[in-house]
Amino acid sequence: MSLRTLRVGDRALLVELAGGAETEAFHAELLRRRAAGVLPAVREIVPAARTVLLDGVADPARLAAELDGWEVGALPARVGEAVEVPVRYDGPDLAEVAALWGMSVEEAVRLHTETEFRVAFCGFAPGFGYLTGLGERYGVPRRATPRTAVPAGSVALAGPYTGVYPRSSPGGWQLIGTTDAVLWDTGREPAALLTPGTRVRFTVAGAKGGRR
Amino acid sequence: MTDRAFAVVRAGALTTVQDLGRTGYAHLGVPRSGALDPGAVRLLNRLVGNVGGSEGAAVLETTVDGCALRPRCAVTVAVGGAPCPVRVDGRPAAWGTAVRVPAGSLLEIGAAVRGLRSYVAFGGGVAVEPVLGSRSTDLLSGLGPAPLAEDAVLPLGADTAVRTPVDAPPWPGPPEELVLRVRLGPRDDWFTADALRTFATRAYRVSSASNRIGLRLEGPALDRARPGELASEGMVLGAVQVPPDGRPVVFLADHPTTGGYPVVAVVREADLGAVAQAVPGTPVRFVPVR
Repeated sequence: MSLRTLRVGDRALLVELAGGAETEAFHAELLRRRAAGVLPAVREIVPAARTVLLDGVADPARLAAELDGWEVGALPARVGEAVEVPVRYDGPDLAEVAALWGMSVEEAVRLHTETEFRVAFCGFAPGFGYLTGLGERYGVPRRATPRTAVPAGSVALAGPYTGVYPRSSPGGWQLIGTTDAVLWDTGREPAALLTPGTRVRFTVAGAKGGRR
Repeated sequence: MTDRAFAVVRAGALTTVQDLGRTGYAHLGVPRSGALDPGAVRLLNRLVGNVGGSEGAAVLETTVDGCALRPRCAVTVAVGGAPCPVRVDGRPAAWGTAVRVPAGSLLEIGAAVRGLRSYVAFGGGVAVEPVLGSRSTDLLSGLGPAPLAEDAVLPLGADTAVRTPVDAPPWPGPPEELVLRVRLGPRDDWFTADALRTFATRAYRVSSASNRIGLRLEGPALDRARPGELASEGMVLGAVQVPPDGRPVVFLADHPTTGGYPVVAVVREADLGAVAQAVPGTPVRFVPVR
């Protein structure tokens, strides 16, 4: 796996990878090594679209040299249950998204519920995950004019990503539905329902067979 | 039983509870937050006797015009950061050292004489419920306690301190000019050679649009060497991000955890405390160091 490490100030490294899949695999390998106690102390491991930030590192130059020798394979085998998020597909932009995809609304909902997603990274707000799975082919643009208030629980699309707004906020993503799932609860461990690396399936809320 | 708490008599323009921040959750989109001047927090906590692991006890961070409080119990406080008048029941009290405030008296933290943000530490610390390991108010994502409001009552921790004399180093005072040492990168290659020369040699000024999220600057724009967009990537404290208008923004405690504009350089953490006190109009220079 080819990776490039960039220094970020005195205590951090930005590791740049070839693409999203490589980034998710590298992030999984970091977590595996941290759990095994063979990673030097790192305060924050922040995955993003094509990079992983390692912040709070005592000796970034040494860690960078170590990373160069890593062998990182494909994403580890899928283990455990996927998190299920029941959705009412009633978003104001659903028809537009279906049109962009060149299909009916029913087909768009089927595509979204039959896709297995994975949380690539979080950002924008606590507990807001960027979920991959649809692929670039089903990428959609952000709305030309962002909404001043997107309701909490809105299931939305932008670029290749699906996301769920943990709380009401301004937003420019295309809204396709709503969920009652609690995305963010600081009394829970972890506080985020959708943490990086988690597998996710969206289901039609209340529908027969919606629970798998 | 003593009610260990204080009531807010005057909240001030923006007074928040801050400790040393909420680390370890950036991967969930949670900003670090915490006091903009962590050095002041540690010093003031030592002054009031919060030592032995309590030097990061929660304090108040005021903005420009101070605040006024009425403790319900006798409490030791120390006010530091931006110099300001301190009064207890109308009588002048010392700034920058421990002061005993009797139960029920009025503690007034006046407007900053110089600088922007004063800090108030209490024996036992401000004991609001921690959220994800920190009591800090995060103004970007709304985590932690709300900013102080009139008539709010905030709890104080048990004061178990054994006070020992502390040598308080003289406060350097708010900067006439902010000189920020930076390490270039990670995205300096997104900028023209001219832009990098401009960044390293020209003077900027602190914009009045600055806040706990970022120090916004006025001055020459930095031109990009390449078109296109950067995919969102993780951001660190002190990152100098350059949005499309070309004016650099230095990320402070409440900065977003990811961002999509290129970071031309990162400010040394040791130089960020002075940023907390830089009033709008303060000249700023960036000095690249290896």
